[in-house]
Amino acid sequence: MKKTVLIWLALGLAGFVLLPWHMTDDGLLDPSWITDGVAATGLFGTLAGQWWLAPAGLALVIAMILQLTVAEPVKRAKLTLSASIAGLFFMAMQGLIIVRAGPRFFEGLLTGDVIMAGQAGMGAGAGICAVALLFAATISLSQSGKGQGDAFVVSTIGLIIALVGIFVFFPVIHILVRAFEVEGGYSLTEFFPRLFSADIWGLGCLIGPRSCGVAINSLFLGVMAGLGTTILGLTFALIFTRTDFRAKKFLRILTVLPIITPPFVIGLALILLFGRAGTVTEFFADMLGWEKTRWVYGFWGVYFAQLLSFTPIAFLVLIGVVQGVSPSMEEASQTLDADRWQTFRFVSLPLMRPGLANAFLLGFIESIADFGNPLVLGSGYEVLSTEIFFAIVGSVADPAKAAILAIALLSLTMSAFIAQRLWLGKKSYATITGKADSGQNAALNPVLKGFCYAIALPWAALTLIVYSMIIFGSFVKLWGYNHSFTFDHYIRAFGVDFANWRLTGVAWDSYFTTLTISSIAAPLTAIVGLATAYLLVRQKFVGKDAFEFSTMLSFAIPGTVIGVSYIMAFNFPPIELTGTSIILIIVFVFRNMPVGVRGGIAAMSQLDKSLDEASITLGANSFTTVRRVILPLMGPAILAALTYSFVRAITSVSAVIFLVSAKHNMATAFIVGRVENGEFGLAIAYSAVLIVTMLAAILLMQLLVGTRRLRRTDRVQQAAKPA
Amino acid sequence: MKKLGLISVAALMASGAAAWADELSVVCSAEQDWCDLMVSAFEAENPDIDVLMVRKSTGETLAQIRAEAGNPKIDVWWGGTGDPHLIAAEEGLTQPSGVDTSELLGWAQNMAEISEGRAIGIYAGALGIAYNTEILAEKGIAAPECWADLEAPRFMGEIQVANPNSSGTAYTELATFVQLFGEDEAMLKLAAIGLNVNSYTKSGSAPSKAAARGETGVSIGFMHDMVKLAAQGFPLAIVAPCEGTGYEVGAVSIIEGARNLEGAQAWVEFALNADTQSRAPEVGAFQVPSNSNAQVAPESPDLASIKLIDYDFATYGSSDTRGRLLARWDEEVGDPNPEQ
Repeated sequence: MKKTVLIWLALGLAGFVLLPWHMTDDGLLDPSWITDGVAATGLFGTLAGQWWLAPAGLALVIAMILQLTVAEPVKRAKLTLSASIAGLFFMAMQGLIIVRAGPRFFEGLLTGDVIMAGQAGMGAGAGICAVALLFAATISLSQSGKGQGDAFVVSTIGLIIALVGIFVFFPVIHILVRAFEVEGGYSLTEFFPRLFSADIWGLGCLIGPRSCGVAINSLFLGVMAGLGTTILGLTFALIFTRTDFRAKKFLRILTVLPIITPPFVIGLALILLFGRAGTVTEFFADMLGWEKTRWVYGFWGVYFAQLLSFTPIAFLVLIGVVQGVSPSMEEASQTLDADRWQTFRFVSLPLMRPGLANAFLLGFIESIADFGNPLVLGSGYEVLSTEIFFAIVGSVADPAKAAILAIALLSLTMSAFIAQRLWLGKKSYATITGKADSGQNAALNPVLKGFCYAIALPWAALTLIVYSMIIFGSFVKLWGYNHSFTFDHYIRAFGVDFANWRLTGVAWDSYFTTLTISSIAAPLTAIVGLATAYLLVRQKFVGKDAFEFSTMLSFAIPGTVIGVSYIMAFNFPPIELTGTSIILIIVFVFRNMPVGVRGGIAAMSQLDKSLDEASITLGANSFTTVRRVILPLMGPAILAALTYSFVRAITSVSAVIFLVSAKHNMATAFIVGRVENGEFGLAIAYSAVLIVTMLAAILLMQLLVGTRRLRRTDRVQQAAKPA
Repeated sequence: MKKLGLISVAALMASGAAAWADELSVVCSAEQDWCDLMVSAFEAENPDIDVLMVRKSTGETLAQIRAEAGNPKIDVWWGGTGDPHLIAAEEGLTQPSGVDTSELLGWAQNMAEISEGRAIGIYAGALGIAYNTEILAEKGIAAPECWADLEAPRFMGEIQVANPNSSGTAYTELATFVQLFGEDEAMLKLAAIGLNVNSYTKSGSAPSKAAARGETGVSIGFMHDMVKLAAQGFPLAIVAPCEGTGYEVGAVSIIEGARNLEGAQAWVEFALNADTQSRAPEVGAFQVPSNSNAQVAPESPDLASIKLIDYDFATYGSSDTRGRLLARWDEEVGDPNPEQ
């Protein structure tokens, strides 16, 4: 362990001495800094008058000396810890105080020509120094006896806290302080009346003709969507695992389709089907003489679209959980003479609680943070996410209002989170143990099976119709009016000039950028998410609940707020990222990480802790245990996290709209521009290509990750046959 | 795991290099095709400048340049309705371009004057009414000719218009009514029309798209958007209201602290050029160009035949007037029937 600390410190020192401390204009790997001397290393910078860089290097040297000279282990660890923490602190302070442009902390604190000239954003040298100091600190912390002396666990906690702090809290604070802003200063007394105003929380719709506050609208929509998607997701999961339904593969694709659909497309398809001039509406008007109404605009339309969009998320969370319920338990129940309904109701269903709770929580949060569907279909039904968007980009920009609404939205999320914790309680849901079992899940009782079919199959049919419409729309001249067949939209978007081998289509640039960024972001998201889940389920440490909530934070904040706060935070030194592709990757990783976390938690709470203990008892450390025991059992969760983060990176709109730049444009930003422009054909053709791409990618990932083998046959128990 | 992350991040940082001196970063708030046309035409004329263009709506752009103030990543902001450009000028987010505006029409010079040369008009588009000919025929509703017609009960539940709190288009409509009828009368008229409105949309272009698809019978919006939809084949008829109407002026601005100021100035000069502006109809942009020598497309709404009011951008663009009018709108017109 002493050696590990030394290696990290040496690496940090090398970064300090050899690599450019600041960001250079030519990127990080450009070697010209070696010769031209402009982008100086930390050491060179210190000698050249940027004395404020010294503490980082000094901390590294001091920590190294401490490691080599102090003999007593605990004392050595504690001293190294304080040296590293001090180094990190000074690094952060100099970064925030001495900047080239933008807001400066503690303005009056340090003055002078050199300091006012400021410095550019941190670069490779600074990054490596910071990582080295962080790990030196966490490893020393574990050596001083904290975290059961487990360096891997403490380091992972430290790393995730640092990342979430920098990429979630730091930017979000920039915008949330606006909520307290009044003319010429900040005020707490102004804040509360504004937060609790009737515009936000009013209950007028219950007692009279007035509309309710936006938060109440969001809350109602969120609860309904959470319940609806959980029920639909559960019926699909049950059909997959507990019945011998024939077209499972086909159904599986249908359940994945909505999740890989770019926003606006489902809303648009619903309008074309159920709008006042929609196909279905006209059919019923002609056949039955029903009046054509605009019911699809408003609550029901949004709710419908959200059910279509978010059911797959519930399904992805639930399928792993439903699969994981141990057959032994169900067998025990049946042996004790319970019938299949009783077994399901009193054994299987309670064991699915973590899955149900997580599915509901995700559905709820997705619904209240959803932006695309309310925008297209919301009409007069105003919800927080669209209100926040227009408070920022509307004709009256009011960041204070946006921040207040964002706080209202956060408070809803936090309540849902707490309610979920209370419902789950402290029970154990572990059902995957090291013990052998027969490997056959109980089949559903006929009534329940009929019920599942009755809900899921019409739903699947509807999904199929919506998607046929989308494909149809991409091949006709003017969807809704001129249905003559054409390839024009595809040629304009993805044309290739075969004579010169040039890509002439307008969509190629954003298509490749999107795929590259999403494929980098997806594995990173899965790693961060599952590592966090591991810590939350398997480790005990101080402040675990706060830690858990903070990892959910970025998901709960609407994309618009995240987007603007990222510009505010990362347009200026010390961390200058705007206009690069890194900022897009980071925003995806930290925005989608909660899904990895939720899925990981749900899957991991089913793994019996005795598996870890057996591994540890046999002499493996926690890293090996994770790698050799837990990861192989987490196949579905890894797949879900990978799939979901990949897909989300491709389909998210509101966060990236502010962060895309000419060099790094994303497909959705491009599609939204086309939709705004009324070019539905092109937008839908592009969406169709994205859907096919994502479908292919998901199948590929499924092949690569593989499925988890629980030594249970994939068969469902058949009704006992007479021998 | 950490190493893998670091390597990929490092590789990306290398690709995410900052702008070169001969790169010009443009945000375009007009339609995508028009943006593309502008970029390729500009690059053909200035082969040594590499244009990096991204399309964002005016609201998104304004929010971005506000957040980036002091260290902007954008050089020029081209296109999009004038109000946000004027707000940016008022807040010191843009800088005077110092280009010659003598060839421009009065309204474009007027805009440059108000903003002290920071925002310059490039096109104008009048506000109008559109109706779906199929729906009105089916329901036997007589077509509207004036703003006042929209108050008639025959349009019950058939009118769609944007909410001025979120849409610049709808704010232009509100300001137009105030300038046409006086503030009190305008609110009464808007409230009367409001009884027929089926939905106040968030986006200004949404009502006309809904009218094109038959989701609503009548819409209020900018006429060039309607012309474009009609040109695509939708059964949309366009009306220039008999009382007269207001208009928007699309603008171009150079961001304060632009890294490539020379390139930005070249872009503004190029954008005001008569030849450049004459090409807009190629991509279905039927706005009226600001250069007096530019050719106007035959499909464009002929501003000479429309009764245009003398729209007062200085007064109605100011934050004070805006705040007051919107507060009154919320109070007196509002959203009386939020859920259909």
